[in-house]
Parts: sequence; structure tokens; C-alpha cells
Amino acid sequence: MNTLILAAELAYWQQTSIRAVVGLAAVLLPAGTLVYLFLFKMMSFMQSRLGPMEAGPYGSMQLLAEVGKFLQKEDIIPAKADRVVFKAAPYVVLVSTFLLVLVIPGGPDLMFIDVDTGIFLALAVSSISVIGILMAGWASASKYSLLGALRATGQLIAYELPLVLAVMGVVIQAGTLNMQGIVMAQAQGEIFGFGGIGSPFIITQFLGFAIFLVAVQAELIQPPFDMPVAESELVTGYLTEYSGMRFLMFFIGEFATAGIFSALAATLFLGGWYVPGLDPTDTLFNVIGPMVLMGKVILVAFLIFWFRFTFPRFREDQLQTLAWKVLIPLSLINIVATGVLKVVF
Amino acid sequence: MTVPAALQGLDPLTGGDVVVAQNIAFGILSVVMVVAALRMVTTRNVVHAALYLVIVLAGAAGIFILLGAEFVGVTQVLVYIGAIVVLFLFGIMLTRGALGEDEEANTEKRRMATLVGVLVLVVTGGAVLDSFGDTAVNRSAPSLTAEIGDTIFSQYIVPFEAVSVLLLAALIGAIVVARTD
Repeated sequence: MNTLILAAELAYWQQTSIRAVVGLAAVLLPAGTLVYLFLFKMMSFMQSRLGPMEAGPYGSMQLLAEVGKFLQKEDIIPAKADRVVFKAAPYVVLVSTFLLVLVIPGGPDLMFIDVDTGIFLALAVSSISVIGILMAGWASASKYSLLGALRATGQLIAYELPLVLAVMGVVIQAGTLNMQGIVMAQAQGEIFGFGGIGSPFIITQFLGFAIFLVAVQAELIQPPFDMPVAESELVTGYLTEYSGMRFLMFFIGEFATAGIFSALAATLFLGGWYVPGLDPTDTLFNVIGPMVLMGKVILVAFLIFWFRFTFPRFREDQLQTLAWKVLIPLSLINIVATGVLKVVF
Repeated sequence: MTVPAALQGLDPLTGGDVVVAQNIAFGILSVVMVVAALRMVTTRNVVHAALYLVIVLAGAAGIFILLGAEFVGVTQVLVYIGAIVVLFLFGIMLTRGALGEDEEANTEKRRMATLVGVLVLVVTGGAVLDSFGDTAVNRSAPSLTAEIGDTIFSQYIVPFEAVSVLLLAALIGAIVVARTD
């Protein structure tokens, strides 16, 4: 986007406005797609039912109906709640989501910001959402909310480590933190001298990809890692006291983050906007890049939601054991192996 | 771009090359940080104090980025906001989840806290002034992550390893203290 906008010589505020609008679309459109495709339809088919069918052709307008329903609802704040913190919490979660999308490239010239730290920035801002969850749980003045927030925090802290460590293998192989650089490394890479399909890191970093997906599942607080919102124990955890618009914001945050983490996984492990067989510097990718990326996002999101709908919930101690005793040691071994192989080859 | 004459005196760092947007951003960040810092030490609500600390630390990350130290700014967000303040909040909520003002956050320890604060300000301020004086920061070339990595693992390898051992010792110490058997 940088070069495209500079070519048209727009003022700074015009560039910024375009970035804001495109960023909003890049967060909300994939989120809506995922909700309709997977939450409404795929889950229904897996449970031998049709899902929403009435609103629009094949239920495709159901999402708009849902949003309209939430917007009409009364905005209830518990009497003993800490009003300011209670109101601010969903915004903190959304800010974290919207900052995440900034680093994802959609084509050779299509990106919001081209920063040297790239994926490191994404992992850093993704950790801000924990504060929003803690604020929501504490300010609700409800023991279910507080317990849910504490569980969520313990889980997010535990699974942030394998998330970061799984990415390290990719960073070592690509030799850069920059997302565009990681895509280029995959597009121009070779596997044992064969460069026909580039070198998507899912082949060499399959362990990293698997750990990343499990950690993402836990970061999103969705089954099988949904102890913080376990409805049979905690009502809905830190979301218990939220209603109407603010609940909708948490809901959008959850699915938008699912979409963006899928985009991160697609960029890190599946080659991002690149399709094999074409020249990665071709400006054609500025047009088809976003669509290729979206296709890969749906592929990764399919895996994430497939796990979500089929696995039973983990117990709290199993959840922590999996993170600290399985995923973190595995990802450390992955880093050492990648480092050694990088030096040898 | 023409710049009002009054603004040109604002930027002594780059020597003539006025960066208006950065100055405005710096001004806003500083005001927000100072207000949040004052509220942090004056509020009687412990959770609010931790949340004000988040604002201060986020402002510090913003200032690092304004100065071109992108990696340090991002690390600030990841380590301080994403880990340390979260642990503060986690600890506060586990031990005293009560809403509202905390009367125990009284003035007893304020004098010592003020003393320590002033001491830290004098020592760090003195150290920074002593080692850098009025050296200008080169803002035209942001520091690259690769350069930072190279410097840490060559020039500063000994302090880096010392810090690693210190952190490991703290980690083992925490486990030893926490274990009951």
C-alpha cells in the first residue's frame, strides 16, 4: 500500500484515513466470513442440522440480523461495578485486535506498516488483550467474572510462551522478523535445491505450525481450551455481566482475532500472499495477493474451528500441564534443531 | 511543507530539520504520561493504580518508537504491559479482589516511597546526562533489530550472560520458596 499511495501523492491524513478504513475492513470482513462459514454453517452440518436458513438466501444475512439484535439490547451495568473500567474493557480487547492486523502483508506493496520488528510487534500487541480481560472480570463485581478472568490470565500467560517460541523457528529460518521478508524467504526458498513451490515453512517447521495452532486455540479461549468461560461452572466467565453492544464487541474481538491469527499462521507457514509458479515481485500480486491470503486464512481457520467443534474441554490442570510440560519443551527443541540445521546447511 | 516560524524553535535535536508531527505526538504522550503517573501514585484503588501504570508504560513505548528505537518500544509492550503489569493485576485480584478504595493504601510509607523515587530520578538522570550529555539522537535512521542482536551477542555478551544467570537464579529461588514439600 505504501508505494501505491505514494504514487498517487496523497497527504498524510489521506493515507492515514485510507489505512484506517482498509484496516477496519481487513478486521471485520474475515471475522464475518468466519462466523457465517464456520460458526453458523460448519458447526450445524457437523451436528446434522441446517443452521440459520431464514435471513437472506441460505441464511447469509443472519449475521446482520444478529448485530442488529445486539445493538437494540439494553446496556446493563451491574450496580456495584466499577463503571469506567467496566466500560473500557471491551475497547482494550478491540484495540489489541486492530493493532494485530497492521503487520500482515497482502501483497508485495500492500501493507499497512512495513516495520522491521514485524511478527514481534504482532505478538507484543496480542498480549494487551489480557489486560482487557482482567479489567472486564474485576470491574464486573461478580465472582464468576473474577474467577473467569483469573483462569483466562493463567491460560493466556501459559500459552503465550509456546506461541512466541513456535514462531522463533520460522524467524531463524527466514533470518528476519519482518513479515514481508518472511513471505519473500518462502517464495524464493528452495527445498534441497528444488524451488518449484518455493519453501513454505509448514514443511520444514511442521512442529512449529502444530504448536502455533494449539497455542492460538488457547489464546482465543475457545474449546477445547475454554475453561475461563466454562458455562457449566462459571456462567460465561468474564463475559457474564456484559450485554448488548459491549458483549458484541467481545464477540467481534474473539472472531476477528481468530481471523487475524489465521492470517498470521498463513503468512508465517503457508507463504502468505504468494502462490507458487509466479514471480513474487510481480505487481499482479497487489491485486490477487489479498484473495490468495484470504483463501489460506479460511484454510487455517477451518482447522482451528474443526478442533473447536470436535474436542471436549480440557480440565484446568491438564491445560496447564500441556502448555508447560509438552508444548514449551517441544518448541525449545524445535528452536535448537532449527538453529543447528541453519548453521549446518 | 511550510512550517510556522514559532514551531521551528521546538526541535533542537535534529538541527534545523523540523519534525512537527513527532513534536506534537511527543507533547501529547508526555502530558498523558505525567497525568497518569500522578494519578497512579495518588489513587487509593490498587487496581486503578496498576491500570494507570499501563498507560505510563504504553506512553514510554510510544516515546521509544518516536526516537526510532522500534525494537525497544515493542519489547516494552511485550514485557512490561503484556507480562509484568498482568502479573501485578493477577496478584492483586487473587489476594484482594475487593472493588472500591483501599484504606490500607495509606500515607505511612509515602515518605520512604518519595525518597526512593527522588533517589532513582537523581541516579538515572545523572547517569544519562553524564554518559550522553547533549549528544543528538539520529532519528533519520531507525535502529535495526539485527544490529541490536549483533551488539548484544558480541560487545555486550558478558553483561547479557550475567543477566541471564541472575534471572535463572531468581526463577529457581521462586520455585524453592513456593514449594512446600
